[in-house]
Amino acid sequence: MPTLADYEPIIGGSAIDELREVAARLMDRHIVMVNSTRSGGGVAEILARMMPLLKELGLRARWEVIEGTEAFYRVTKKFHNALHGRPEAITEEMFRLFAATGEQNAARLDLQGDLIVIHDPQPIPLVETRAAHPSAKWIWRCHIDVSNPQPDVWNFLKPFILKFDAAVYSAAPFVQRMAMRQLLIAPSIDPLSEKNRELSPEEIAVVLGKLGVPQDEPIVTQVSRFDYLKDPLGVITAFRRVRRSVKCRLVLAGGPATDDPESDEVLHRAQEEAHGDPEIHLLMLPPNSDVEINALQRASAVVVQKSIREGFGLTVAEALWKGRPVAASAVGGIPLQVKHRYSGLLVHSIEGTVQAVKQLLNNPDYARRLGENGREHVRQNFLLTRHLQDYLLLFLLAGSSEDVVSLASRP
Amino acid sequence: MSEALNAHTASPLAVAVEPFRFKTSLILQEATGLRASTLAQLSTLLREVPESCIYHHTHYFLLQHHYLTPEPSHDIAYWVSEVLGEQPLGELLAGIDTVGYADLKTLREALVTTIDDYRQRTPTAGLRFVSEGSEFFFLKSIRIIMPTPYVATTLKEFARALEHVSIRSLYFHIFDARLRLGRPANDFSVWLGEQLGLKELAQRVVTPDPYAYTLEALRSTLLSMLQHELKTADEAHADPR
Repeated sequence: MPTLADYEPIIGGSAIDELREVAARLMDRHIVMVNSTRSGGGVAEILARMMPLLKELGLRARWEVIEGTEAFYRVTKKFHNALHGRPEAITEEMFRLFAATGEQNAARLDLQGDLIVIHDPQPIPLVETRAAHPSAKWIWRCHIDVSNPQPDVWNFLKPFILKFDAAVYSAAPFVQRMAMRQLLIAPSIDPLSEKNRELSPEEIAVVLGKLGVPQDEPIVTQVSRFDYLKDPLGVITAFRRVRRSVKCRLVLAGGPATDDPESDEVLHRAQEEAHGDPEIHLLMLPPNSDVEINALQRASAVVVQKSIREGFGLTVAEALWKGRPVAASAVGGIPLQVKHRYSGLLVHSIEGTVQAVKQLLNNPDYARRLGENGREHVRQNFLLTRHLQDYLLLFLLAGSSEDVVSLASRP
Repeated sequence: MSEALNAHTASPLAVAVEPFRFKTSLILQEATGLRASTLAQLSTLLREVPESCIYHHTHYFLLQHHYLTPEPSHDIAYWVSEVLGEQPLGELLAGIDTVGYADLKTLREALVTTIDDYRQRTPTAGLRFVSEGSEFFFLKSIRIIMPTPYVATTLKEFARALEHVSIRSLYFHIFDARLRLGRPANDFSVWLGEQLGLKELAQRVVTPDPYAYTLEALRSTLLSMLQHELKTADEAHADPR
């Protein structure tokens, strides 16, 4: 795992100094992170990389994981969908199982600490035990889009949420109006991970060779699961219109959405649509194909993210970090990552996507400038170190309601 | 520290009685849950939200986008132009001379008046609205102000520190200072004038419109002013005639 010093060439010494300065005020504080899995998914990925850095900064950080039966995780999956606004039938029995699993985990887990951070809804009932730890501050870190939640699920969770000292969301559109401090912390990418580290042209060529993607024409890529909400069919339509005037290849790369019953249907329709077209490459990548995704993004002339709905959409930050020009839908957290005409192009339709991709392919200087700006935007706002700083500030301010806080010099 | 104490030391080689301690400002964003999808809602909420919201939407973008050339306009002007699609008003809002307002109260009034005047003159602007998810979301800046290890007692030390401090520190001493001091000045100009007695340099350090530069470009501009002053002093010292 990288140490803080490894990030210095990327973000500069003064940013690392500031991290250390904040952390010095949290020395030996017990931080307990609680989520529902130690591997798989973005939350676990970020925690795995952040915990060693918190410890290096002198905090006593611990990561606890709740346990549950398969039935419990089926319920939490339904909760997840319902919170995202997808209708789900939730029964009283399901609410009971959710609460009972919370009680079992509360009895099993060591929640002694100064700051308890509960990630997402699955472990949320643990807040019921806060009376047993009166000095601790509790934070609910919500990683999902709860802008249009199904009312029964939201109303069930809301009394738990209101017992926290603060709630933290990834983007402003996700926030509900509630009588509590609600903060925003954007997610991040790790520039030193396999998915984002620098690759040489030779490494890129080897990977693309293995994937059967020639580099003879400009490549337009979308990396996402095969899901209607990522609109792969719309991307194919847009690509075909672009190709009428500009030579290029299309790569749609991603894994199947195993938790989405429509995923097979979407993949099948995309395969039908692309059938017999040698310039469309549908790549079904196995999990952890990080270097492959890295190489595809780096080899692309344009990266597209034509989602209809999106959580934060970190694939956009990944592409921008690689200096790639991006054309992406103005949904979810994407407008935070792409400032229209400054660090990429925002689109709202297939027609808009066609226009944007053509502009970027036909104007390489403009595309390069957008890509350079995009990389800087990610460097300043969406790297793991900024995420770490926001967490430190969150810990420092837990329980405070001030808008301006002045810290005195340390002895 | 009073000017009188330091008047006799006025020179680029002077030593300050009160050192300059560089601070930095880190920001955590807070959501208010308030959102506007029309100009009428934007104007109403701009009147009501706390000053920390006005600060956030007219200042935080500088830290988020400080490296972009040309730099995008502040959040409100950007939303009106690029999201709501009312470019003429966006241009008027972007043109508000933020640097001319020494407090957030008058800056808030200028924003609201500009929107309301435009709405009166342009009735069709009232027909525009944005879809869900594209609204203007009102946020607050929670500012954490913290000392850095950089301290200077001479112009030379000051210039050396200015090369190394983070852009957040630069931001704090230039942008936050203006609102704190309540006048068109910044922490650097006050210290250079009062502690080193360098009145002309202090005036020059205030002159560049900080909103028209990226933060790194502003740092370079300030550094070249300081270095010019030091070079002139060195030359005069070497050849006292």
